[in-house]
Amino acid sequence: MYPEELHYTKQHEWVRLKDDVGVVGITDHAQNELGDIVYVDLPRVGAKVEQAKTMGSVESVKAVSDIYSPVSGEVIEINDVLATSPEKLNESPHGDGWLVKIRLSAPAEIQGLLSAADYEKYVAEETGH
Amino acid sequence: MPTATLKTTALHATHRRAGAKMVDFGGWDMPVQYSGILEEHRAVRSAAGLFDVSHMGEIEIRGADAAALTDYVTTNAVQKLEPGQAHYSGLLYEHAGFVDDILVHKIASDNYFLCVNASNQEKDYQHIASLNKLHASVELTSDRYTQLAIQGPRALATLQKLTSSALDAIRYYHFVDGSVSGIPTRIARTGYTGEDGFEIYFAPEHSERLWNDILDAGGEFGIKPCGLGARNTLRLEAGMALYGHEIHSTITPFEAGLGWIVKLDKGEFIGRSALARQKDQGVARKLIGFEMTGRGIGRDGYEVFLDDAPAGWVTSGGPSPTLNRNIGMCYLASDRAKPGQRIQVMIRDQAVDAITVPAPFYKRAK
Repeated sequence: MYPEELHYTKQHEWVRLKDDVGVVGITDHAQNELGDIVYVDLPRVGAKVEQAKTMGSVESVKAVSDIYSPVSGEVIEINDVLATSPEKLNESPHGDGWLVKIRLSAPAEIQGLLSAADYEKYVAEETGH
Repeated sequence: MPTATLKTTALHATHRRAGAKMVDFGGWDMPVQYSGILEEHRAVRSAAGLFDVSHMGEIEIRGADAAALTDYVTTNAVQKLEPGQAHYSGLLYEHAGFVDDILVHKIASDNYFLCVNASNQEKDYQHIASLNKLHASVELTSDRYTQLAIQGPRALATLQKLTSSALDAIRYYHFVDGSVSGIPTRIARTGYTGEDGFEIYFAPEHSERLWNDILDAGGEFGIKPCGLGARNTLRLEAGMALYGHEIHSTITPFEAGLGWIVKLDKGEFIGRSALARQKDQGVARKLIGFEMTGRGIGRDGYEVFLDDAPAGWVTSGGPSPTLNRNIGMCYLASDRAKPGQRIQVMIRDQAVDAITVPAPFYKRAK
């Protein structure tokens, strides 16, 4: 369910690391909890983001929810497709529905994130299933 | 997991088994969605949807004084109702703020059946009972009914398969006491979605059977079980008020654009003198629809700015699945609460452009 190569946060974001760039998204659990996503608000390219600080928001039909950056760094690309097709976030949260690419300024932060197995355990505890 | 204090309907286990997503809705553990709000919304606009709305309350007023009491505590003209007819009405305080918005069904001249909001039912009952200086019997009977809403262009065809009552003969806001699947059922042509449809009332022990029978009957038309999420997007498009949002204890019917449920000439009723005064003097604020023109969704409680100054607040807002636009309703000063005003909605500390438009946003083709 949760890809092994990703790193996860308790706020339900993930990072896929390639060299010093992290591709960031929200987890399948997060999109499922939100329901139909209709609007995604992302930072601008060039914006500096900080780990665990708000960097944008996703809105479903019924609610708005903050996105917290899983890592610190500079936004070097955003997923433009989400502006016109926010449903990609529901359809492919760990793939085509990625949010932003961040050039990491503190790569050691990754050590503090959860593995797929730990994240899955965390979700199970949180939802009581 | 729901806490032990959440109330449940007779269909609670059915919803859970079917995999509905459940939420705490005003103290009730209710389905917010089955397959997804957008899909359910579209099913109701194009085919049919089935909603469990048993959290709604029922109050029954009976006896020789039933008509007089019902008329005294509500804003609409109860004397104008025929047996088998229903109307939308307001239950007000003396200062003309809403206790609740309700449906009044006239069963007979000595028997009125009120459908009231879930979280208001105890308050409504106490309010009416305290005003019962006559000798009517007032009973809170919510636990005797399951209420289901079958809504959408194929609602009639669906329900007709299960009843011998001629549904096309039931006019809008009328009802019959008949049977569905052999179960005694009150069948009302009412709804909260902007579509044709029915709301039915029957004894809770038959809930699962009727729920399943209706889904089976509507299968060929594409009926979907729906949650309260779609119910909200549907009623918002239809410009219908929701208690706690467009109306509450400090909002009057004239402010909420509900002057049509106020019959000042019907005789004395609770709230009449305050309403008469407001009719003479005019209201300071009014409800108006809006559409976002900038990127963002104006949601309930967000502040509204006009000419760079705070001017009102959003009562309900969200995406309109039918129109594919972000819509909402807000209160503004009366002289500005008209279509075509450029406003800003404060969305998380950012002023985003919107424009006022008339509600309803959606009207079905008749």
